[in-house]
Amino acid sequence: MATPQAIVIGCSAGGLTALEHLFARLDATLSQPIAVCCHTGSSTVDLLCELLARHATLPVEEARERTPMRGGVIYVAPSGYHLLVETSRRFALSVDQRVSFARPSIDVLFESAAEAWRDGLIGVLLTGANSDGADGLLRIRERGGLAIVQDPVDAESPAMPTAALERAGADHCLPLADIAPLINRLCL
Amino acid sequence: MSRLADQPQAPDTSLEDIEIELFVRALKLRHGYDFTQYAPASLKRRVLQLVHAQGIDTVSALTTRVLHEQDFLPVVLEGLSVPVSEMFRDPDVFLALREQVFPVLASYPQINIWQAGCAHGQEVYSLAILLEEAGLYDRTQIYATDFNESALRHAQEGIYPSREAQLWSRNYLAAGGSHTLADYYSARYELIKLDQRLRRNVIFANHNLVTDEVFCEAHLVLCRNVLIYFSDPLQDRTLALFRDSLVRGGFLCLGTRESLDFAPSASDFKPVDAARRIYRLGPRNAVKE
Repeated sequence: MATPQAIVIGCSAGGLTALEHLFARLDATLSQPIAVCCHTGSSTVDLLCELLARHATLPVEEARERTPMRGGVIYVAPSGYHLLVETSRRFALSVDQRVSFARPSIDVLFESAAEAWRDGLIGVLLTGANSDGADGLLRIRERGGLAIVQDPVDAESPAMPTAALERAGADHCLPLADIAPLINRLCL
Repeated sequence: MSRLADQPQAPDTSLEDIEIELFVRALKLRHGYDFTQYAPASLKRRVLQLVHAQGIDTVSALTTRVLHEQDFLPVVLEGLSVPVSEMFRDPDVFLALREQVFPVLASYPQINIWQAGCAHGQEVYSLAILLEEAGLYDRTQIYATDFNESALRHAQEGIYPSREAQLWSRNYLAAGGSHTLADYYSARYELIKLDQRLRRNVIFANHNLVTDEVFCEAHLVLCRNVLIYFSDPLQDRTLALFRDSLVRGGFLCLGTRESLDFAPSASDFKPVDAARRIYRLGPRNAVKE
């Protein structure tokens, strides 16, 4: 793939712990924007952003509609909306039907980001209890992007990474502890 | 991504994107419905879903049907508008309307409210209930508009799946409702039907925010999670349309995650409750001719 220009991350059950671990270990000089879709079930992501910001090496904020993605910032998909990336690399929101029972849906974020960044995108799928993200990861790979999936054996909830491996495969399948070092290596 | 000079200059547009552009153009030329100013990423998802739902293989096949089958248009419009909502969605917004906006509306002898993009009508009925409980409904006229005829028919019927009732009842109470939601609907089989009396001061009408103009003088415009599907210029045009439709000091309520950062017309509105996206039209001097 080309030099990575953006990173998208998806997770659900067990996601908070996994994201905390990951974000504490990302290189503080990363210049790629990072967008995260994490199913939470709560009505806002204020608390999620606050918890993630505690240990993250990069600033964390809720993704805002129409806002251009800035490098080195971690954006969290708001509750109750699908988060999309336009080809102009600005965020868009939708309240279309749930996808795989989820809104925000990882597939929606991944598929739109795949169109926006093509082979400049890294997709990361972590622990989770359903199959959301599998189609999105496939789209990322079809567009020449790179797929990283947490090893299901290592994941708190293996269903999501398992489904993604079956549907899309992965360029890298590895334990959580190895994912941040890999991203740092690919992106710096 | 940089391209090597000696590679063939393949256009950057994918085949799918070309097909979608042609589909949108066909829809506009053949039927006058203009989706060219919609935000592309969501529109693309909806078009592809329509392709999938129709059991066809390509967007081009969809375009063919749009061009040649007159009866197919409603299916397309329904698919492209995907009206999803709930009653009293974001209850705190309705609570804020009740507490911060209704007291001002109460000072008018006749109240006009425009619900723009009413989809299946859940918010129309929510609003009617709140107005009824505030003792304002008998002097209120609600204009509920949408460009999608079948959504309007659905809104007019006020029939929804009963599985929604539990969430909507919770929302209603969180929005400061003073009875129980069940007082306003009857349940039968798997459906609930909203009390038809709630419709007595509602006019359901076809209006397309993309192409249609001012039609009323409103004291409050509600348009939640509609502009998120619009490009910056169309969002701005629509905000200007709302401005021109509102009385001086009139209110505008948008979706709680909508951004006005890229709309010059937004400067005409002053926040009343910024977090809940409730605004008030400022003095006319800010308005350009």
